[in-house]
Amino acid sequence: MKMSTFKAAGKLSLLALTLLVAALLLVGCGGEEKKEAAEKAEPAAPSKVTLKLAMDADPVSLDPHVQLSGGMLQYAHMVFDPLVRYDKDMNFVPRLAESWERIDDLTMRFHLRKGVKFHSGNDFTAEDVAFTLDRLKKSDDFKGLFEPFVGAVVVDANTVDLVTKKPYGLVLNMATYVFPMDKKFYTGTDDKGKEKDLIIKTDYSFANENESGTGPFVVTSREQGVKTVFTRFADYWNKDTGNVEEIVLSPIKNDATRTAALMSGDVDFVMPVPPQDLDRIKSTEGLSLVTMSGSRIITFQLNQKRNPAFADAKVRLAMAYAYDNQGVVEKIMNGFATAAGQMSPKGYAGHKETLTPRYDLEKAKALMAESGYPDGFEATMIAPNNRYVNDEKISEAFVSMMSKIGIKISLKTMPKAQYWDQFDAMAADIQMIGWHSDTEDSGNFYEFLSMCRNAETGYGQYNSGNYCNAKVDELTLAAQTETDPAKRAADLQEVEQIQYDEAGYIPLHWQNLSWASKSNMNTEAIVNVMNFPYFGDLVIK
Amino acid sequence: MFAFTVKRILQAVVVMLVISFIGFAIKHNFGDPIRDLVGQRVTAAERSEIRDRLGLNDPFPIQYARFLRDALHGDLGQSYFFKKPATEVIVKKAPATLELVFCAAMIIVVLSIPLGIYSAIKPKSLLSRFIMGGSIVGVSMPVFLTAILLIYIFSVELHWLPSYGRGETVLLFGWWDSGLVTLDGIKHLIMPSIALSSIMLPLFIRLIRSEMMEVLESEYVKFAWAKGLKPRRVWLVHAFKNTLLPVITVGGVQLGIMVAFTILTETVFQWQGMGSMFIESVERSDTSLMVAYLVFVGIVFVLVNTLVDIIYGLVNPTVRVAGRQ
Repeated sequence: MKMSTFKAAGKLSLLALTLLVAALLLVGCGGEEKKEAAEKAEPAAPSKVTLKLAMDADPVSLDPHVQLSGGMLQYAHMVFDPLVRYDKDMNFVPRLAESWERIDDLTMRFHLRKGVKFHSGNDFTAEDVAFTLDRLKKSDDFKGLFEPFVGAVVVDANTVDLVTKKPYGLVLNMATYVFPMDKKFYTGTDDKGKEKDLIIKTDYSFANENESGTGPFVVTSREQGVKTVFTRFADYWNKDTGNVEEIVLSPIKNDATRTAALMSGDVDFVMPVPPQDLDRIKSTEGLSLVTMSGSRIITFQLNQKRNPAFADAKVRLAMAYAYDNQGVVEKIMNGFATAAGQMSPKGYAGHKETLTPRYDLEKAKALMAESGYPDGFEATMIAPNNRYVNDEKISEAFVSMMSKIGIKISLKTMPKAQYWDQFDAMAADIQMIGWHSDTEDSGNFYEFLSMCRNAETGYGQYNSGNYCNAKVDELTLAAQTETDPAKRAADLQEVEQIQYDEAGYIPLHWQNLSWASKSNMNTEAIVNVMNFPYFGDLVIK
Repeated sequence: MFAFTVKRILQAVVVMLVISFIGFAIKHNFGDPIRDLVGQRVTAAERSEIRDRLGLNDPFPIQYARFLRDALHGDLGQSYFFKKPATEVIVKKAPATLELVFCAAMIIVVLSIPLGIYSAIKPKSLLSRFIMGGSIVGVSMPVFLTAILLIYIFSVELHWLPSYGRGETVLLFGWWDSGLVTLDGIKHLIMPSIALSSIMLPLFIRLIRSEMMEVLESEYVKFAWAKGLKPRRVWLVHAFKNTLLPVITVGGVQLGIMVAFTILTETVFQWQGMGSMFIESVERSDTSLMVAYLVFVGIVFVLVNTLVDIIYGLVNPTVRVAGRQ
């Protein structure tokens, strides 16, 4: 009895399976025919202009104040729109602020665009700017950036003053972070009885799941980590702009898959492009590749307190001379980085043209002989292995280059989840760090990476080299309250020069940025060095 | 059967305790989940404050006790990244993985049985040699590579199949997000299922073949031949049924390996299931979600192994006798 049931069941399921496989095959073929038919029918009925976009990650929340990260800023530019933003040459261009003027040392007045609507239908006014600034000052991630501000003072419905505690040279830089949020929409309590304007990182909040900005796109559906659909906002103030009506954003984490999705036509636009696929995409017809030198500096910090040898400026200089920046860029980064002799990339106020990478092994050896360590010494080193592009390989190259001048380094690499605790604890003599200035200004590099460590003020928080020079501190602080751009730039450039002369750290390179898309769109025009593509301006022909 | 069941449940509880303890110990030593939640500018003091709010600064025993207490109420913690309860996230991702595993299992069953039987019956034929040769290639090729090759051939070159994701899905019964009922969803399933089955399929063909060949040599098969039964009946009923036992055992054990391969397959195809969710939670140090997943997989394992034991008992009643002792 049992045996026969089993047999019957087996036969039945075998039959069912065979049918299923046959069906699968049929379905596959059927789909193909349909696709071809659709392609043929396309010219007759012009459909909605949709951009299928693949990035390595998607925004972590719909609340632009919940986290300060590249992904969130990319999102904010699509959905919220800032007071001002950068153009390709890093000039400030008007967005929701039509013009601005300095009233006095502490006050900058912004004249706001009239007739702007939020996604909720509410009108945009100066009240919303004041609300947004207050909220920024409450956000864990943004309050540091907005610490110099007293707040926003509403003059009239379309005029607002940003007031700082001290004279501050970066008011406009900070205004690029002011993405006005809809005060009416975010005020009150939601149906769970919670305040709508709460900023919560790890749990539900109204703002994490609902948005109302003034930006070109409205979020119409979102499944975190899977798919987000943005639809063109019908009442967007700027009619003279891109023609994309819908953006479907899929995060594709795997590099090879992201490239394949573009090559197969499943997506129209990918960012970033994995370095190993650059040549392929460049040589594929119908695709266009845009690359640009980025602004994230990668450096090695030499801990002078842990290893006395690094307190000797000649040793540090010798190491700077022994490191072949260009060689690493070409051989390890496949040319996809820009060799650096300083922290500030081109375009930043502190950038000094003359501070180029210096590779001269003979000079390095001579410096070592002159130093207090003619026979070399030993050092420990840590680096992440999944944080920066090729971080592990670069570290290995560094170790072998230093061995040529007698410095024996024992290297340990680890995933970033473990790395940062070790970095903070300054667990090794040499530590790697990459840094992007979130003010798009040189001062930020020095405040975090090269000012003397000070637990109270927070300066030098990521200066694990314990490099300390009173002049650097003085100039960096002076630049903070300097509102004359020329004078500021002179101060900042002097800091770069001092660090260069003393080899306060070893600069490696700036990572390049990359975007690839189908060639029927103006990709080149919408991307920039901050890596916030202005998708609102994208035109698909 | 009752004693058997109680014993299994007790075993399961112990196993779950061990898994949760190990998972939690990993979580505790894994690294700081806050780093991925804040920008570079947030100071150490502020990060510590956030950790305090999340209870991450408490000593290990307190955190573990809290975890166990909540787990008993069905709460496996909060996913920091998804900003939702971890169980909710896992349950939402489960259908994707289960459908993928189901389809891969179908491919394995449908292909391995006829191919295994054929190559056992006709071991010297050209086709058998071809199957055996092919299965060696299949076993030795990493899933990762198979997946990339499939994408390259069928998506990039031929434009036949979509390269990533699940395509169009339909919500069934209010919570099961299914890709099996839409054309687009099925097209998206084909390559990931093939990739996932690529390691297990050759293994099963070889297993069925060798077991079958052994059985074909046995006395009762010879007796069946002597009785003058039709070859089809001898092969399928007398011989094949007896090769099934070891195949089921191995199949149950292999399920664990399947989970590992699901992670790889899902990563390459950007398949939004539990596997890619797990890998991403590791990358983001979303430690709560990580532990919840480990516990969840533990539960699935215990359930499946129990199920395998029961099926085993049905197929071979002598096992149940042993169980009763």
